[in-house]
Amino acid sequence: MSGSDALTASGATPFGGCSTAPVLRERGQHEVFCGLTGIIWLHRKIQDAFFLVVGSRTCAHLIQSAAGVMIFAEPRFGTAIMEEKDLAGLADMNDELDKVVDRLLSRRPDIKLLFLVGSCPSEVIKLDLARAASRLSRRHAPDVKILAYSGSGIETTFTQGEDACLAALVPSMPYEEPQDPPSLLVVGALAEVVEDQLRRIFDEMGVGPVKFLPPRRADDLPSVGPNTRMLLAQPFLGDTARLLEARGAQRLVAPFPLGVEGTTAWLAAAARAWGVPAERFRAATEPGAERARRALSRLRTELEGKRIFFFPDSQLEIPLARFVSRELGMKLTEVGTPYLHRQHLAPELELLPAGAQLSEGQDVERQLDRCHAARPDLVVCGLGLANPLEAEGTATKWSIELLFTPVQGYEQAADLAELFARPLRRRAQLKVA
Amino acid sequence: MQLTVWTYEAPPHVGAMRIATGMEGLHYVLHAPQGDTYADLLFTMIERRAKRPPVTYSTFQARDLGGDTAELFKTSVREAYERFRPQAMIVGASCTAELIQDDPGGLARALALPVPVIPLELPAYQKKENWGAAETFYQLVRALAGPHAPPPGTPRPARAPGVRPRCNLLGPTALGFRHRDDVTEITRLLGRIGVDVHVVAPMGASPADIARLGEADFNVVLYPEVAGTAASWLQRTFGQPATKVVPIGFGATKDFVAEVAGLAGLDPVAALESAGGSRLPWYSRSVDSTYLTGKRVFIFGDGTHALAAARIATEEMGFAIAGLGTYSREFARDVREAAQRYGVEALITDDYLEVEAKVAELQPELVLGTQMERHIAKRLGIACAVISAPIHVQDFPARYSPQMGFEGANVIFDTWVHPLVMGLEEHLLAMFREDFEFQDEAGPSHLGGIAPARPAAAVPPAADPAAVPPTPVAAAPAAAAPAAPAGELETRWTPEAEKELGKIPFFVRGKARRNTERYAKDHGIALITVETLYDAKAHFGR
Repeated sequence: MSGSDALTASGATPFGGCSTAPVLRERGQHEVFCGLTGIIWLHRKIQDAFFLVVGSRTCAHLIQSAAGVMIFAEPRFGTAIMEEKDLAGLADMNDELDKVVDRLLSRRPDIKLLFLVGSCPSEVIKLDLARAASRLSRRHAPDVKILAYSGSGIETTFTQGEDACLAALVPSMPYEEPQDPPSLLVVGALAEVVEDQLRRIFDEMGVGPVKFLPPRRADDLPSVGPNTRMLLAQPFLGDTARLLEARGAQRLVAPFPLGVEGTTAWLAAAARAWGVPAERFRAATEPGAERARRALSRLRTELEGKRIFFFPDSQLEIPLARFVSRELGMKLTEVGTPYLHRQHLAPELELLPAGAQLSEGQDVERQLDRCHAARPDLVVCGLGLANPLEAEGTATKWSIELLFTPVQGYEQAADLAELFARPLRRRAQLKVA
Repeated sequence: MQLTVWTYEAPPHVGAMRIATGMEGLHYVLHAPQGDTYADLLFTMIERRAKRPPVTYSTFQARDLGGDTAELFKTSVREAYERFRPQAMIVGASCTAELIQDDPGGLARALALPVPVIPLELPAYQKKENWGAAETFYQLVRALAGPHAPPPGTPRPARAPGVRPRCNLLGPTALGFRHRDDVTEITRLLGRIGVDVHVVAPMGASPADIARLGEADFNVVLYPEVAGTAASWLQRTFGQPATKVVPIGFGATKDFVAEVAGLAGLDPVAALESAGGSRLPWYSRSVDSTYLTGKRVFIFGDGTHALAAARIATEEMGFAIAGLGTYSREFARDVREAAQRYGVEALITDDYLEVEAKVAELQPELVLGTQMERHIAKRLGIACAVISAPIHVQDFPARYSPQMGFEGANVIFDTWVHPLVMGLEEHLLAMFREDFEFQDEAGPSHLGGIAPARPAAAVPPAADPAAVPPTPVAAAPAAAAPAAPAGELETRWTPEAEKELGKIPFFVRGKARRNTERYAKDHGIALITVETLYDAKAHFGR
């Protein structure tokens, strides 16, 4: 493998790193969405898929509330609400589920892939959705494929729903032929504009063929095998990565493609695997990196020295903290994450400034106490906490925007910084307090 | 098992949250998994509340299930008490915790906290949000006011001479549709006619206030969905009568004043005189409102708001009711009776897909509904105003915007007329339709020139492209209600007739299409020509 000096340069750890820093592990009230909410972006990403939550009225209400109830289109998700009579006997419940699926599929003949999504109540009563999925798959073959995964809050937080969904897709991925040339699999839902930008850079480097998981259409599932090299685009894909590795895919170790540094290092991991010469790598990446640095410099003057506190939400917190501290000069007070995947985040932890307080899990009341004591300039948190913190005089950024806005890659680096700058700029501008 | 795309009501524990969040000094501990905390954002984001709801969740996880979730719950209750020091607590289970059967009431009792702890039994698989709110409020009232009840059969002591009559306002909650402004409006109205408000509950009340409810002379039930159960218990226990009229609309407000005067022992004529009035009667009679005559409206919402809207629509706006329905099964009988009076069949359902099919079939000119009907109307290109929960952030306006009382009638007039094309404009659109500024895609001029969702957007993605006729308004019902009766006559339009239909202003085009197709079907006409279009127009009048 030819070394890329771009990576060597950015791999330095002038801040000292957080690889061995102690992590505050907390167990208390979590103020985080459950994995069901992944449906909100996944149903738009896989355009011929439908997500049927098998759960309670709470699940149905959660999904519509989290989706903002503002989507003025027919969503490609729904809920099969369990009722009292269903709980009486499990056999009946399976009959009921079959009826609901029949009704749904007759209403939506455009659906090619149906996910049965398990919820807390369906997990607790041990409703076997995997078995239901294979039964229903036989019944609706070949028109519709039916898969199952769990997005329950007792098993998953927020973005782990995407992990569970993608992991459910892995067994259906076709096998690579042994003689196939090495291919690159980018894993994790990205905005299409980001996929297209990344694909152009890989093309210029001569890395490819490049495939994406999830695909835009269910029948475009990429093949996978020992010649597959995979790059994780998101930090919350532990199960998916494990299953892909079991199919022979090799994970390329890299930070995540947030900011100039993260994007360069992430691309460099692929470049190394393909033996891309340093000159060619530079030619492919430097124009974008330079543009992004220029765009970031203006935002850096606004954000440098500002103190930021991350509540746990999407598992993006650690890569985000790395980006805001190294590229924008922000000071980290606490970086909370619902779950810390040490292995996948190792390159990120190395790049974090020494002394940053990391926390995993949550006890929201205690964390709010620490937040109040730290008096940060900006708090990144979920929707339930944002307005109350604003009312106390703290600027906030809803973390969900960091997930719904295209933020990966060079062209989005300044957009990502802008998300942190805008709440502060707004507070400075307003004269209504 | 019920297939839902959107739901009208949350689970019952969210109803309990609406009570707790509206009150002061009360804390709710909910045995629930991670994820159920989403409900917080209803209050902090949709209602823009500046405080978190006073709710602590036990957040149990899968790995706790084999262990001791009960202990986890007890810890949550103990810590919540120590941190928040409430006057009283309520405890209960969400849908998942109900399945693991930990008995939150018993566990909390075992802690022997020095404040009242009221257990809630809210069966999540049978009941829904409004029921949960009503039951929570009832349990609170019974537990906190109950100890102050006189012995059964004790007559209410007469009011001392010279003391103004006092009433409680019952039913407003957090996340309620304009509850905040309704309370202000009704308090003012009562003040003008000589009645003081003793306690407003649950919104704004503390547990200590709930304990004082029995002191008032009577109760005003603003929202029967929430306060009905508690009010009838107060009537039985304290001999407090309660109002039946909900003061939404001009006529209902007048009736309400008369009813209150009766309960307060005031002169109803004098009360009405001092009550003030509304602009609605004159605005409705003004010549500019002539165009509202007979506009066909579809009404759907909670029972109270749907019933009130039906009365306003017919008596105060001059509309015709095309459809009337509710998702509140508790009010099914009232809504059925009203529907019968208006000559339509009531739609009692909480199935969004059924409501959607009905609107598509009826093609009303205006939909008065909930946030959900706003989706439906937008897709079908029909004007819409929101009259009932469930609602969204834009339904919590910054301005004063009550639904109740005389000012509420003014607000309602504006809200309902706004989505429609105005009187003279309607005529201009018909007359100068070749003028580029009046092309109907522009939509009502006062709405910023944004056209309502038009053809392409109106076709649900469900529709099989091959089966979709080229015109949206007919396509929508077909797609929304795929169960069109088999063997029904297939009517087609000639290109000329289709073009002629396009000359009819968009806000009545849907009706024209529907009427023409019905006429064609009734007369066995398979191919609709320009002649058929005008035959149908003559046949249906108007």
